[in-house]
Amino acid sequence: MVAAASDKPSSCAHCGLPVPGSTSRDVVFCCLGCEAVYTLLHRQGLDPFYRLRELDADQPTPARISGRSFAEFSHPSFVEDYVKQVAPDRHRVSLYLDGVHCAGCVWLVEQLPNLATGVQSARLDLARSVATIDYDPNAGDLSEIGSQLDRLGYTPHPYRSLAIDNLRRAEEQRTLTRIAVAAAAAGNIMLMAAVLYSGDFHGIEPGYREFFRWTSLLVTLPAVLYSAAPFFRGAWSSFRMRRAHMDLPIAVGLTVGFVSGAINTVRGVGEIYFDSVTALIVLLLVGRYLQRRQQRKASEAAELRHSLTPRHAFRVHDGEVREVPLVAVEPNDVLEVKPSETIPADGTVIRGHTAVDESLLTGEAKPRELEAGDFVHAGSLNLTQAIRLRVHAVGDRSRVGRLMSDVDEAQRDRPALVTRADRIAGIFVLVVLGLAVVGFALGAQTSTHEGLERMVALLVVSCPCALGLATPLAITAALGRAAARGLLIKSGGALEKLDRPQTIFFDKTGTLTHGVFELRSWHGEESLKSTVAGIESHSNHPVAQALSRISDVPRHISAESIRTTIGGGLEARVDGATILIGSVAFVRSHRVDTPTDVAAVIDDLSAKGLTPVLVARDGQVRAVAGLGDSIRADTQEVLDALRQRGHRTCLLSGDHPRTVAQVARTLGFLESEICGGASPEDKKAVIAEAQAAGQSVMMIGDGVNDASALAKADVGIAVHGGAEASLAAADIFSSADGIVPVLNAIRGARKTLRVIRRNHIFSLGYNTVGVSLALAGLIGPLAAAIIMPLSSLTVVISSYRTSSFGE
Amino acid sequence: MHVLFVLVPLALVFVVFTVAAFVWATRRGQFEDLETPAIRVLTDDVRRRDVVHDQGADHGHNPPPER
Repeated sequence: MVAAASDKPSSCAHCGLPVPGSTSRDVVFCCLGCEAVYTLLHRQGLDPFYRLRELDADQPTPARISGRSFAEFSHPSFVEDYVKQVAPDRHRVSLYLDGVHCAGCVWLVEQLPNLATGVQSARLDLARSVATIDYDPNAGDLSEIGSQLDRLGYTPHPYRSLAIDNLRRAEEQRTLTRIAVAAAAAGNIMLMAAVLYSGDFHGIEPGYREFFRWTSLLVTLPAVLYSAAPFFRGAWSSFRMRRAHMDLPIAVGLTVGFVSGAINTVRGVGEIYFDSVTALIVLLLVGRYLQRRQQRKASEAAELRHSLTPRHAFRVHDGEVREVPLVAVEPNDVLEVKPSETIPADGTVIRGHTAVDESLLTGEAKPRELEAGDFVHAGSLNLTQAIRLRVHAVGDRSRVGRLMSDVDEAQRDRPALVTRADRIAGIFVLVVLGLAVVGFALGAQTSTHEGLERMVALLVVSCPCALGLATPLAITAALGRAAARGLLIKSGGALEKLDRPQTIFFDKTGTLTHGVFELRSWHGEESLKSTVAGIESHSNHPVAQALSRISDVPRHISAESIRTTIGGGLEARVDGATILIGSVAFVRSHRVDTPTDVAAVIDDLSAKGLTPVLVARDGQVRAVAGLGDSIRADTQEVLDALRQRGHRTCLLSGDHPRTVAQVARTLGFLESEICGGASPEDKKAVIAEAQAAGQSVMMIGDGVNDASALAKADVGIAVHGGAEASLAAADIFSSADGIVPVLNAIRGARKTLRVIRRNHIFSLGYNTVGVSLALAGLIGPLAAAIIMPLSSLTVVISSYRTSSFGE
Repeated sequence: MHVLFVLVPLALVFVVFTVAAFVWATRRGQFEDLETPAIRVLTDDVRRRDVVHDQGADHGHNPPPER
């Protein structure tokens, strides 16, 4: 084996990321995960993976292995929810895999039958990162299959319940079938229409003319009766509910066109309109299909992120710790929670001592210290030490569970949106019907027959094809571009609501601020910073983490010289001196005085909402650090831009009112625009109150505590790092940090609406021309045949040419 | 031109078959994943290397690293 040139930067043999430092080894790795996967692939003869991976230009990521046993995959309730029985000895499951990125991954995952016992086949859908796995439940175990995937570096997550997936699939197949039938009909009718039109100009034998007209009628039947059924259903329900809807004018146009065409076929004279009717059905169906697919992509992406929550827990039974599915956990069970894991159930700590981050639940950035006997909620993040807790409530009965049902309720209460297209459709129907009467009256001066002809021609030519396409296409194009920029918009309706001037409520922690502790001020000896950073780097408490970052060149301090005191601070011996770093109480308990000038600094920091940390050397306070959650760099700019656009900005936080007031002052919120110390229920109430006052309300947040407010607001935007609950509740989810995406969303929505308006003007313009020609009795079959596709084409080009959500 | 009376209905029969074929393909899930099959065709004839359990005979490929 030849050693690699040791001073060249080397790259990881698995993921290709550069590995710092030099080594004499041939094969180096960036992390243990990559090494484990690489070793496994070679042992199993799977190294062709590395050759296949080069087919893609995508940057691979380091392998992450959770090392769990995936016990929950074999639990009966999991099997019931996610596993489908295809045949007695063939079960099928869909799993979402983390870390799938390239052609090599497809090959590797599909090698699964060779790697795990009982697997019959594995198919990976690369675009969605979903693997469909068939296995024999008698020969293999789903937990084992799950952990095998995990060992390959793809952590599996249950995808979604089978019932929902089947519904979606059936719905999509129906729509595709409808489009296929309508398109086949439209294509063939167009051929026959070409024969008939040229016959009109150059003459045609009556026998052939009759034959083609009847054949056209026959071919139109399935398109109108089957493919167009959704439009008729939509129109009927909008008529019954007395609510304007785009389907109504479409259904009127289709019915009049088809019925009069059929009558004329039987009579043997007059226009048959079948070409227009079928082409219309195809275009409208395709437009709606595209919009729905785009919206589904966004909600699927959000859904996938929620399936990434723990569905397992570590239960302590007879002194043994075992992984169990969360559904199997019951009140009074004892669970163990390791550091950096999410607490799976509400409960009381019975052993251990730790700090938990409850910011997603309460909005408070400062971690809470927990001791035996303290109560902790599910969804909090355990930060420093392993603890054991006795369970009080799990699932729906835990506080998070109750908040989630609150979210569902708020979403149900939300009134359906009447879109601009629907409003126009309402007026449109009335105007067209009125004009049809006028057309009849004008024509009836010649003869009743002429009047009828003109009325029908007018109704057919005014059928709003382009109008029906205008909104779906513009929204589809906008949603696609927004998704490419990291904004997932779950419904097109949200765009329309975004454009109104409104009251915008911001959550503070994690939204306007970073949500993590940082050094905000330092009073005292600068030279102490590197020593403090060196000492604090030995602890993983959030305060210590913040302090370990205060110096670029932390001094190396050996771990033996440091003593941690629970819930207070650190004591270290450096260069023969004793250094104490910790809270005021901690330092005082070590018989260190806080002279008046230090006390003044402490009071000042507290007044600013910062947490003071004292540094003492040999019994004297040498420095005071002020720690706090810092505001994101671009927050101010975005807020100013929003205010300039006439939006009212408000701060709605669950954090301590004093901290909230401090942030509000810095960012220029008015006194009347702040609400601190708000519980999740309070937040929802504040939103409801603003809505009751007639304001259009937007809520921006990230935590579980914001979820019901997000669902209640007219538009809810969940920002990056958000909890699953807030993703489920929000209309828009941003995968970028901070609130800049909010501004992008508002700007993009405005541009999109401009496109929609322009499309409406185009299509109404074409309709006006068509209707005037029909009123004048000038409309020929050729004019109708040209105007209709031309108007649709204009709308298509106009929708895809603009750069809403672009740079 | 009387042949049209035969050919046009015949063409329509073909149309029915085409639509039926499309519906069949839809039901079989042919339109669910439009990306992966294009890649799968490239990896179809990649075989897993025969695993030789004797580590010493593992030459010719990058050996697994020593821990």
